Amino acid sequence: MDEQILEIEESIPVNPIESFLRTDRMPHIWCPGCGIGTTVNCFTRALETSGLDLNKVSVVSGIGCTGRVAGYLNLDSFHTTHGRPIPFATGLKLANPELKVVVYSGDGDLFAIGGNHFIHAARRNLDMTVICVNNSIYGMTGGQVAPTTPISATASTTPHGNFEQPFNLPYLADSCGAVYVARWTAFHVRHLTKSIKEALAKKGFSFIEILAPCPTLYSRRNKLGDGLDQMIYYKENSEIKHGADTKSVALDFQSKIIVGKFVDRDRPDYLTLMNEHYQKKFGDKYTPYKG
Amino acid sequence: MKSDPKAVLTGAHFLDGDHACSEGAIAAGCRFVAGYPITPSTEVVERIAERFPLIGGVFIQMEDEIASSIAIQGAVWAGKKAMTVTSGPGFSLMMEHIGLAAMTETPCVFVDVQRAGPSTGLPTQPAQGDMMQARWGSHGDYGIIAISPNSPQECFDLTIKAFNLSEQYRVPVLLMMDECVGHMTERVIIPPAEEIEIFPRRFYDGPKDEYLPFKPDEDLVPKIVKAGDGYRIHITGLTHDEKGYPVMTAAAQEKLIPRLVNKIKFNAEKIIEYKEDNIDDADVVIVSYGITSRVAIPAIEQARKEGIKVGHLRLIVVWPFPEKRITQLAGRVKSFVVPELNQGQIFYEVERNAYGKAPVYLVPHAGGTVHNPKDIYNTILKSLKGK
Repeated sequence: MDEQILEIEESIPVNPIESFLRTDRMPHIWCPGCGIGTTVNCFTRALETSGLDLNKVSVVSGIGCTGRVAGYLNLDSFHTTHGRPIPFATGLKLANPELKVVVYSGDGDLFAIGGNHFIHAARRNLDMTVICVNNSIYGMTGGQVAPTTPISATASTTPHGNFEQPFNLPYLADSCGAVYVARWTAFHVRHLTKSIKEALAKKGFSFIEILAPCPTLYSRRNKLGDGLDQMIYYKENSEIKHGADTKSVALDFQSKIIVGKFVDRDRPDYLTLMNEHYQKKFGDKYTPYKG
Repeated sequence: MKSDPKAVLTGAHFLDGDHACSEGAIAAGCRFVAGYPITPSTEVVERIAERFPLIGGVFIQMEDEIASSIAIQGAVWAGKKAMTVTSGPGFSLMMEHIGLAAMTETPCVFVDVQRAGPSTGLPTQPAQGDMMQARWGSHGDYGIIAISPNSPQECFDLTIKAFNLSEQYRVPVLLMMDECVGHMTERVIIPPAEEIEIFPRRFYDGPKDEYLPFKPDEDLVPKIVKAGDGYRIHITGLTHDEKGYPVMTAAAQEKLIPRLVNKIKFNAEKIIEYKEDNIDDADVVIVSYGITSRVAIPAIEQARKEGIKVGHLRLIVVWPFPEKRITQLAGRVKSFVVPELNQGQIFYEVERNAYGKAPVYLVPHAGGTVHNPKDIYNTILKSLKGK
């Protein structure tokens, strides 16, 4: 009997993304139907074909459900403080420009407590990729209203419905100077994978928003069914509009979702500007900074 | 390990404390500084911004002190020596990241050029009101080291010491300057680079697959690696095991947190530094630090001229505190007098360690200027009368 089990186990094929994960940390903390795991799958598949040296990839997360992503990835990974993965990543990148730095965090972490850091990193055009899993809510702390919660949606701190205007994240990133801005949902796994790969290849501040279901604390409270129902909603209500004006992609409660690659432009990143500036200023006395 | 001769400005200079601190950081090998402007500390980063481009350093003015205090930690994990600089209001904002540095054992330096608070207080005027905040300001239990210079020369020397101690014990080290010391201009001697001792980062060099990021050496300090070297480290502010993985149990907490406290506590005698004058025959001992240690000197001299045996214990390392020395002295002196530019902070530490064997007198000051030495002198007299 034991031998039989062993045989069966040996015949199970290894999941192709397993080498990207800290399997000794499984099971993970995410709920059934949560979209974060799907995004991690896309991220690892993008990495797989990116041609990047994985020893030179660092992932930085803040706090929250998406904040746990760093801890499950078998890369150099940093689980920092609430709202502060971007400034940590800033130090990491500037201290060693050879590193490919990815910030992977949630909407509350990046845009409420961490909003100030986001706008400045985009303005400076720091060479990093910011992936935001937007589940419209604070999941880990129990479903409180977030700066991304649609108007009229119910949260534990808006029991009578939300009346605050949420952020339009692609518009925010675009207006602050991000060189790459895209939005997908957890349903769009192929598009998302391709988009992450593009963002990783882009020099400068790239941003991807991923809408993802939080069945436990958002869908349930708003009577939107389970994770699968939310995926069906994404499937049926998303419209791909590459190059859409980011002003026009704001989200309403269960509204149509405009997804796609909205911004893909070039402008010199922070360290390029720094080196060019000092070279002009100091001439031969200046050694271009490489870390 | 020695300092980099290309970066060290060997020679005699006329510098203020803030600028001397910048030069100390450069001599110590610091090549990443993140800061946010705040009086009276800004001159430190201004000089860094001036000097860094030609010596291979990166200075970035961040959007606030919260960002500055974590950007330096990112830089450390990428292999740099790093520092941030601020004053009271910014120091308050940095507290969470002092906790992060303590928890993740990230060697880095925080400089606080103290001004009078609370809140915005007196932005351009001195105080020593952040001493307890330095020790206890972040939530939870941890150990740190805090150092207090009393001259521009010491701002140079002790900034190097701050970096060295941070590397040796993998803790945030807090350089607790004050506005007077920061803005005071004096002769500063910068020695040749080969005479400046640098404590190298405690990099792991064993077999890669056996590395445990939080497995301590005998002195309770673990070996470090950096991002990009293929170790695939995980660093978290959550309670973690030796592998660095989060473990949400009381047992993991019990294994980690006492070590973070004890690596300073058990090594305290090696870290502690103070300077004593006229202690052997003293009836009264003045315990002071920073600018107040200089303001106390006229009061001590006056008293000694009148035949009162006053000694002086000046704290150079303030945290860890020289508990044993105070207890020892308490057994034989008549009193302690503690002048400080606050309403009583280090005073309580002296009192606690005197165990009631000698009375301790505070000479408080709200800040904004320094003490009148007369107030210290009068307290010396009062302490002998037992009032």
